[in-house]
Amino acid sequence: MVKDLEDVVIRTVSRILIPFIQIYGLYVFVHGHGSPGGGFQGGCIVAASFILLAVAFNLRESKRRLKERTNAIFCALGVFIYAGTGYLSFLYSGNFLDYGQLSNLFPTDPIKARYYGMAMIELGVQITVMAVMVSIFLDLITAGKHEKTLEEDGK
Amino acid sequence: MNKIAALIVTLIVGGVLFYSTAFFPKWGDPKQPASIHVSPRYIEMTLAETKVPNAVTSVLADYRGYDTMFETSVIFTAGIAVMMLIRRSR
Repeated sequence: MVKDLEDVVIRTVSRILIPFIQIYGLYVFVHGHGSPGGGFQGGCIVAASFILLAVAFNLRESKRRLKERTNAIFCALGVFIYAGTGYLSFLYSGNFLDYGQLSNLFPTDPIKARYYGMAMIELGVQITVMAVMVSIFLDLITAGKHEKTLEEDGK
Repeated sequence: MNKIAALIVTLIVGGVLFYSTAFFPKWGDPKQPASIHVSPRYIEMTLAETKVPNAVTSVLADYRGYDTMFETSVIFTAGIAVMMLIRRSR
């Protein structure tokens, strides 16, 4: 199902392109506060780089770079970071997702603390979106068989 | 028989939903409830209340932080659902 196509042009171009796609995903995430962008869009771009890896190379190469276990942990880690940032303000009798309270925990003024709190939750969104996109893509192209697909192809 | 019953229920519910759209405020009506309380509050008070210079970011991450959190949870649930449905050992 996932054929291992040996195309020098596609492989070389994607090898050069993938780091830049990932950097661009981080750029979209970091500049999401002031300009169009944010966690969801950045996560989709980073996921696209892993999908390009799976398409241009093969499933094994993609799994070597981003292991299935790591990916499954990332799925839950993003939601955990988001909710955990919300719960942190409980420690100082604030409301849920009250980022200003984070200034008690980290040595910054409340305004900067709000900035970093929003960056944290966007990071959570980015990690979850990235992991779930890659996970759904790999499930769909292999019909849920993953490594068994490679064995059936005799590779 | 079941399918016909399901079709009838679907048509009735769909008809009621379509009928209720007639009572929505007109598109772009400045007197609709959302334009009276919600939008001016977000636009005018963003800098004073949240100290965020960008109104989009303040709505996304601050005023509607719950919305964004459960959006992330929905994506997580979708990923888990695809895993459960497709990775079934046959």
